Amino acid sequence: MSARSLHLLYFAWLRERVGRSEETLDLPEGVATVASLTEWLRGRGDGFAAAFAPGVPVRCAVNQEFAGPDTPIAAGDEVAFFPPVTGG
Amino acid sequence: MARVRVQTEAFDLGGEFAALTAGRTDIGGVGCFVGTVRDSADGRPITAMTLEHYPGMTERAMAAIAAQAESRWDLLGCTLMHRIGELHPGAPIVLVLAAAAHRQAALDATEFLIDWLKTRAPFWKKERFADGTEKWVAARTEDDQAAARWAG
Repeated sequence: MSARSLHLLYFAWLRERVGRSEETLDLPEGVATVASLTEWLRGRGDGFAAAFAPGVPVRCAVNQEFAGPDTPIAAGDEVAFFPPVTGG
Repeated sequence: MARVRVQTEAFDLGGEFAALTAGRTDIGGVGCFVGTVRDSADGRPITAMTLEHYPGMTERAMAAIAAQAESRWDLLGCTLMHRIGELHPGAPIVLVLAAAAHRQAALDATEFLIDWLKTRAPFWKKERFADGTEKWVAARTEDDQAAARWAG
């Protein structure tokens, strides 16, 4: 993993829709927040467009802490996307 | 002080109680909640439930929830255990124990811990029905409302 890379994780139905549980990629140009990363992911193709479609309830964690749309993202971060939690 | 564990195997309720209270004479009560797999969902029989989680974040989230309980009540110890993997109806999923000098703190903290665990720890349930179909469980508004009672 290089200094410019992001580690992305996907869980539950989100993992199934995007067809992978994790990936490492270079920080995309113009991505600085959870919202801009979500927008970038949406543009990647069918599974991603469906998983990150507006109105679909997707939650996010940055470096294992719950995050909101405005949470900053930088190279080296671990960013996870998942449905609202249903444990207990 | 809190004991937090994520595991596939069943937990030993008696053993956990004993571990929490061993050598302690200052504890006046221990609150306990055990969540178990129900055999139906929305009126449909289920045959199994699979629990997925986010390794690393799960343990951090559970420790943060326990720390929050310890800051709100004078607890003398608490235990949070959550199972993952495939579970069948009747099986225990989650264990919460909270020990305090007096029962109200023990009971309130137990309720708080399970309410927050359900809404703030990264676990997801998938149900398998008798006809072989599977469905991810949707988050319940009632759980959010229960957790919101403890806001502030």
